[in-house]
Amino acid sequence: MNLFYFVAFLSVFFSLLVIFSKNPVYSVLYLIVTFFTFSIHYILLNAQFLAIVNFIVYMGAILVLFLYVLMLLNLNKESEPMKSNLLKVVGVIAGLCLLLTVAGSLKLLHVSDPVLLKNPDIGLVRNLGKVLFKEFLLPFEVSSILLLSAMVGAVLLAKKDITKV
Amino acid sequence: MELTFVIEKVVLVSVIFLITLGIAAYSTLAERKIAGYIQGRVGPHRAGPFGVFQPLADGGKMFFKEEIIPSQSNPFLFIAAPCLALLTASIGSAVIPWGQDVTIGDRVIQLQVANINVGILYIFGVVSLGVYGIMIAGWSSNNKYSLMGSVRAASQNISYEIAMGLSLIALLMVTQTLSMREIAEQQNGFWQNGWFSWNIFCQPIGFLVFIVCSFAECNRTPFDLPESENELVAGYHTEYSGFKLGAFLFSEYINMFVSSAVMSTLYFGGYNFPFMNDLGLSSNIIAVLGVLFLFAKIFFFIFFFMWIRWTVPRFRYDQLMNLGWKVLIPLSIANIVVTGIWITVKDLL
Repeated sequence: MNLFYFVAFLSVFFSLLVIFSKNPVYSVLYLIVTFFTFSIHYILLNAQFLAIVNFIVYMGAILVLFLYVLMLLNLNKESEPMKSNLLKVVGVIAGLCLLLTVAGSLKLLHVSDPVLLKNPDIGLVRNLGKVLFKEFLLPFEVSSILLLSAMVGAVLLAKKDITKV
Repeated sequence: MELTFVIEKVVLVSVIFLITLGIAAYSTLAERKIAGYIQGRVGPHRAGPFGVFQPLADGGKMFFKEEIIPSQSNPFLFIAAPCLALLTASIGSAVIPWGQDVTIGDRVIQLQVANINVGILYIFGVVSLGVYGIMIAGWSSNNKYSLMGSVRAASQNISYEIAMGLSLIALLMVTQTLSMREIAEQQNGFWQNGWFSWNIFCQPIGFLVFIVCSFAECNRTPFDLPESENELVAGYHTEYSGFKLGAFLFSEYINMFVSSAVMSTLYFGGYNFPFMNDLGLSSNIIAVLGVLFLFAKIFFFIFFFMWIRWTVPRFRYDQLMNLGWKVLIPLSIANIVVTGIWITVKDLL
């Protein structure tokens, strides 16, 4: 349990650094560390597959693309768009509303007992695959079609001249 | 956790790390000797007999060169990048099974640091992290050639990771497991149930895609566009000097060693060798012989990396992307489909 609190502290600490660092490239680097601590959380929950997929997909692919875009844009203080104070106030109010909603909905949930999992090996690849491909086959396939359509959309947007398609 | 277990793992990790460093150091000499042979030259031969002390001389030179940190760079990231490159290069060897279990007294010692049951995915994750060292190096140097080199590296690694993952999926369909140890055990001997037991004979196309992708992931010629010297000075390590440059060059050789080990384990039987069960030797001797055979396979692949480097010229960038997206990815998807059909038909018969 102590290990959990330590890792949870690290997650919160690095996600705060994501928000508070001035340099966007630093923000992304802190985000990478934050996702790494999430992977440790998954391993503590014995969800190896989720841990390693989080590692590969988020740390290894998505954040590389984030970093890639930020490096090409080369944002810095001079080129940062000035935000009006009104926008900042609106942002703070919206964020607090979201926090309130999340806290309220969490209060309705009863806290699960993480020590008493029905099947502690549910996070291993074999069991997870069986659940995904037997019980939740339709949602799984539908979400893959969603990803495919997003990919087709991206390719279409990247085409220079749509009339020639 | 018992003390002997901890000692065992610490010794294993240290030995593997030292061997990795030694092989990486002597790969530099081997590369120059092989380049010399292919180009009809002698290669380095001054330091010691046949130049065997050349890597030490090179290392000493790297240490004593002046360390330069460009004034407009980002000093913390500039130093962190080579460390990250070395780290991600060396942690991949943790899941590779180096040999069969060795029995000393009543203790059974596994010659593998971490026998996790998602071993292949771990390798894949480490490979996908490898690009961060290069990207951070390119960005923090604040040099346009460095940045272009690192941008190339990022897009190249992401493109070839997809084909690499798809070629591994076909392999997983055959082996039915993600654990490196089980995959190595399945390839026991050389001939089993009327067919070769090594995976290369079940997955030749998958292996072809995998080896091409590992060349690209290691940034080796013909895919060394991140550091192509005729367009980008020296690519992502243009601003680096002294030992930090040495760290980048060193991590390239470590990457080569680890990916050779992965290829030997996944496709070429790992520590297994022909007739290993018919010799009538004790299991400890077979384990030691197996380690030697695994290293022989690894050395062959390292030689293969160098052989290709001094034979095939560098690709152009659009050719690289065309090969990755339009040839390797469709080929590996077709390989998955064919493998699926083959497995189904085999089960029906």
